[in-house]
Amino acid sequence: MLAHMTTDPIDVAGVLASVGTPADGAVLLFLGTVRHENEGRPVRGMRYEAYAAMAEPVLAEIAGEASAQAGSDRMAVVHRTGELQLGEVSVAIAVSTPHREQAFAAARYVIEQIKVRLPVWKHEHYADAGESRWLDGAVPPVAGSE
Amino acid sequence: MRINLLLFASYRDLTGVSELSVDVTDGASAGDALRELRQRDTRFAALPARPVVAVNREYAELHAPLSDGDELALLPPVAGG
Repeated sequence: MLAHMTTDPIDVAGVLASVGTPADGAVLLFLGTVRHENEGRPVRGMRYEAYAAMAEPVLAEIAGEASAQAGSDRMAVVHRTGELQLGEVSVAIAVSTPHREQAFAAARYVIEQIKVRLPVWKHEHYADAGESRWLDGAVPPVAGSE
Repeated sequence: MRINLLLFASYRDLTGVSELSVDVTDGASAGDALRELRQRDTRFAALPARPVVAVNREYAELHAPLSDGDELALLPPVAGG
């Protein structure tokens, strides 16, 4: 299992190559990328900020949960921070399992949990007015109140 | 006791503070510490009354008790992915 935060461009081929064994009939790769518009406004780029010391353990926890649910330790997730250009990969998730259902469910679980739990924030830069703003986010479910 | 306060993203921009070592009352909870800070430092007035917090890099309730040397992080709603 692999789970880490990086400020470098994500080595997508490396993430994919870290999963997949002869036991697996399904290998799934999900990439999150920077899109050129949001809510009707043209976007020229995005800055991702993380509470890095907390984000990496949270990412490992999420990957561990997905791995347990899928019954597969062939799981890799890498999240990038810093300034990203349009089309660049912000997150890569790879998982392999004997059958496709577990792989789809695991990848879906990881990205959905990242959205609500990973201490990461997006500062979006707009193309039209030259301004930037922090995107609205999700309120994490706080441990102990679940 | 002394704690290390961390602010991120919009909360850092609102207050102009990213990291601060601060003295708070012994035995204070995370919520108590925030109330104290708000009373004595106007920069914190702009923050929401009940932000999500992490203590020592784990999500915590506002009533979580703090200890000397703890790291208290104020976390805006998250937006990874």
